[in-house]
Amino acid sequence: MNGVPLAWYLTLSVILFSLGAAGFLIRRSLLTMLMCVELMLNAVNLSFVAFAYRLQQVDGHIFAFFVMVIAAAEAAVGLAIVLALFRYRAAVEADEVGMLRL
Amino acid sequence: MDGLLWLIPAFPLTGFLLNGTLGRRVGKSWVNVIAIGSVALSLLWVLKTLAGLWPLDAAHIERYFVWIESDILTVPVELAVDRLSAVMLLVVTGVGLLIHIYSIGYMAHEGGYYRFFAFLNLFMFFMLLLVLANNFLLMFVGWEGVGLCSYLLIGFYLLRRSATTAGNKAFIVNRIGDFGFSLGMFLMVVQFGSLEFSRVFAAAQAMPIEHEFGILSLIALLLFLGATGKSAQIPLYVWLPDAMEGPTPVSALIHAATMVTAGVYMVARAAPLYLQAPIVLEIVAVVGLATAFLAASIGLAQTDIKKVFAYSTVSQLGYMMLGLGVGAFAAGIFHIVTHAFFKALLFLGAGSVIHALAGEQDLRRMGGLRAHLPLTFATLLCAALAISGIPPFAGFFSKDEILLAAHHHAAWMYWLGVVTAAMTAFYVFRALFLAFFGSYRGDPHVHPHESPPTMAVPLLILAFLSAVGGFLPVPRFLEPVFGPAGGEHASGLVVVSVGAGVAGLLLAYAFYVARPEWRDVVVSRLGALYRLVYNKYYVDELYAALFVRPVVEGSRAVLWRGMDVAVVDGVVNGIGSQARELGSLLRWMQSGNIRSYATWVLVGAVALVVTLGLVGGAP
Amino acid sequence: MDAILFLVFAFIAVACGINVVLQRHPINSALSLIGVMGSLAVLYLLLGGEFIAAAQIIVYAGAVMVLFLFVIMLLNAGRERTQTVPWVVRLLGPPALILFVSALGVIAYRLLPYRDLVRFGGFTRGGAADVGRPLLTTYVLPFEVTTVAILVAIVGAVLLARKEGGE
Repeated sequence: MNGVPLAWYLTLSVILFSLGAAGFLIRRSLLTMLMCVELMLNAVNLSFVAFAYRLQQVDGHIFAFFVMVIAAAEAAVGLAIVLALFRYRAAVEADEVGMLRL
Repeated sequence: MDGLLWLIPAFPLTGFLLNGTLGRRVGKSWVNVIAIGSVALSLLWVLKTLAGLWPLDAAHIERYFVWIESDILTVPVELAVDRLSAVMLLVVTGVGLLIHIYSIGYMAHEGGYYRFFAFLNLFMFFMLLLVLANNFLLMFVGWEGVGLCSYLLIGFYLLRRSATTAGNKAFIVNRIGDFGFSLGMFLMVVQFGSLEFSRVFAAAQAMPIEHEFGILSLIALLLFLGATGKSAQIPLYVWLPDAMEGPTPVSALIHAATMVTAGVYMVARAAPLYLQAPIVLEIVAVVGLATAFLAASIGLAQTDIKKVFAYSTVSQLGYMMLGLGVGAFAAGIFHIVTHAFFKALLFLGAGSVIHALAGEQDLRRMGGLRAHLPLTFATLLCAALAISGIPPFAGFFSKDEILLAAHHHAAWMYWLGVVTAAMTAFYVFRALFLAFFGSYRGDPHVHPHESPPTMAVPLLILAFLSAVGGFLPVPRFLEPVFGPAGGEHASGLVVVSVGAGVAGLLLAYAFYVARPEWRDVVVSRLGALYRLVYNKYYVDELYAALFVRPVVEGSRAVLWRGMDVAVVDGVVNGIGSQARELGSLLRWMQSGNIRSYATWVLVGAVALVVTLGLVGGAP
Repeated sequence: MDAILFLVFAFIAVACGINVVLQRHPINSALSLIGVMGSLAVLYLLLGGEFIAAAQIIVYAGAVMVLFLFVIMLLNAGRERTQTVPWVVRLLGPPALILFVSALGVIAYRLLPYRDLVRFGGFTRGGAADVGRPLLTTYVLPFEVTTVAILVAIVGAVLLARKEGGE
C-alpha cells in the first residue's frame, strides 16, 4: 500500500486545530494564546494544501499563502498589543485584561 | 418674488432674531437701537408702500411662493394690502413704534430687557403678518403667533406665579377660540376648496343669503368663536383682565391697541361672508353689545387701575363688535383706530402712574397725583375725554357712528349702548379722580416723580392723536372696501349719547371729588349688586366650577392616573424592564474575559459544524 | 514510504502541538511550535507544495517565531501561575472540543472515501512558478490587498509598541 489516505491529513488538521483551540481556552499567558492561534492557522493551512492535492489545483496553496501573510501580520499586531499591555498594565495574562467589557 | 411688501414684517422679525440671539451680549443701547429701529423701518416702509400704491382703490397682492400644494387645497404665501389692511398697518406700526419708545423708559430697571424687546418685535412680526395675509391660513399663522407672544409677554415676570398663571389662562382660553377658527377653516376647505380671501368670498357671494342657519352661517359662527377668543368677547373675555399681569407697555400694545383687535379685524375682513349670514351677524351684534355692557359694569367697581382699563378694553371691543354686527364695518374699524390711540394712551398713562409710584396699581392707594404728574394727568385727561365720547375728541366720532348704526338696526341696542357709554365715562373718570384728585393715600416713602422723556413723548403724541384722531376720514376711506356707510347723522341721537357721557363724567365727579358721602350711600343701598359687580359677576368662579374643575379632576383621575400612569407609563416602563430582563439573560455571556468569549466562538463553530455534518455534505 | 513519513511527522506535529498547549513556560511553547511548523513543512512537501513548504519554514518558523521569541525574552515572561479557569470554559470547553473533533472527523470521512490516497509526486504543480503565476494574474487583487494589510499591520504595530512619550 503505497500512499496515505487523504482523510489522515485532514484528521491531523482537526487534531492540531483542536489542540490550538484547547490551548487558547486553557492557557492564561497572552503569548501562549497567540501561539495557539498560530497553531490553529497552521492546521487550517494543512487542510488547504491537502484539498489542493485532492482537487489537483494550485489555488489551495495560494490560500495557504494568504493565510500565512495574514498570520504574520496578526502576529505582529498581536505582539505589539501584548507589549503595550505589558507596558501600561504590566500584564501578560489574559485574566488581567478584564476591560473588554465596560 | 415681485414687490417688497414682505419687508414690512421682515424688519421686526430681523429685530427679534438679532435681539433674541445677541441681545444678552450687546448693551441696552444696542437692544434699543435694534428694537426701535426695526419697528421704525417697518413704519417707514409702510408709509412708502402706501404712498407708492396710492390711492389704493383695489387690493395690491404679492405672491411669493406656494406653501401647501395638494389635490384638494393649494395655499400660496401671499401678502396683500388694501384700504382695510392699510389702516391696520398704520395703527399697528404707528402705535407700536410709540409703545416701543415708551418701553425704553418703562423697562429701564427691569431684568430680561433684551428678552422683552425681542418678544415685542416678534409680536410686531406676527401682527403684521396677520394684517397682511391674503388667505385664512397665513392669517392663522399670524393669529397664533400673536397669541404666543401674548402668552410670553403676559408671563414676562416669570418668577411671579400669578403672571405665569395668567399667561396660561390667556393661552388656554385663546385656544378654545382658535379651535373655532380652525374648524371654520376646515369647513371652508370642504365647502370652497380654498382658503384665499378672494375665492372664498366670491364663492360665498355666489350662494344665496342664508336666512335659515346653514353652512355659511356655521363657518361664520366658528370664525366668530375665534374672534371672541382673540378679541375678548363673551364668553371668552375672562383672560384679558388677568393679562394685565404683564408689563404695562405690553398691556397697551397687545391687550389694548393691536392684538385684541385682531378678532374685529378678522370679522371685518370676512365681511362678505358675514353679510351672507345675517343670523350670525345678529349674534355678533348681540354678543358685542352684551360684552360692552357687562364689562363696563364690572369696570365700575374695580380697584386696580389696570383692571379698570382692561374691562374698559373688553367693553370697547364689544362696541366694535356691535358696530360690525349692525353692518357698520367701517365704523367698527374706525373705532379700532381711535381706540388704539386713547386706550394705548390710558395704559401708558397708567404705566406712568405705576412707574411713578414704584409699582403701585391699587387706586385706593393713590390720590392727589395731579401736582406730581401734571403731564401724565393732562394726557390721561385727553384719553378719558376721548373714551367717554365727548366731542371733539376721537372716541366721540367712532362711537357715535357705531351707535347711530345700532339705532338704525334696532333701537334697544342704541339705548343699551348709550347706558354703556355713560358707565364708560363714569369708570374712566372714577379712576382718574381717584388717582389724581384728593390727597395721597399711598406709601409715604414713595415720592412720585414725572416720567422720563422717552415715556413722556409717546404720551404727548398719543394725546394729540386722541384729541384730533376723530377727524381722520377713516370710514370714507374704507368705502371701497365695505361700500358706502348707511344712515345719516341724526343730531338728536348724538346729543343723547354725548349727554350720557357727560352724565357719567359728572356722576363720577360727584362721587369721587365733590360728594364722597353719596358714594357710600349708594354702595350700601346697592350692596348685593355692588358685590356682584365687584366680583365680576362671579364668572371666573362659574367657569372654574363648570369647566376648569371638571377638566382638571377628570384629567387627574382618568388621564393622569388612568391613562398616563397606568397605560402609557406602564407600557413604556414595561418595555424598558422587559428589555432589561432580556438583557440580563444575555449579560452573563458578556463576562469581559477573553477566554469565555473564545469559548462562545467555539460553541458557535461547533454548532455550525455539527449542523453541517448532520444536514449537508455529499455521501 | 509515504505512510511512514506521514506517520512520523504527524506524530511529531501532534506531540509538539500537545507540548505547546501543556508547557507552562512560553519559551518551551514557542520552541514546540517551531517543531510543529517544521513537521508541517515536510507534510506540505509530501502533498506537493514545494513553495508553500519553503514559505512555511521561512515565514513561520523563521520570522514569526523569532518575533515571538524576541517578545518573550523582551518581556522576560516567566511561568504561568496556577490558573483559575472561568466556569464557562470549564463547563462548555471540553465537551465542545470533543464534539468539534468528532464532528469534523465524521465530516472528513463522509466527504472523503478511504480510497483517496495521497502519494508523493501525485501533485507537481506546487512550485514557486506555479504558485507565482496565478498569484500575479488571477489573484492579483487579493495579493495587493494583502500588501496593504501588512502595511497597516506594520504601522499599527509600530504605533502600539511605541514607548509612551517617545515621540
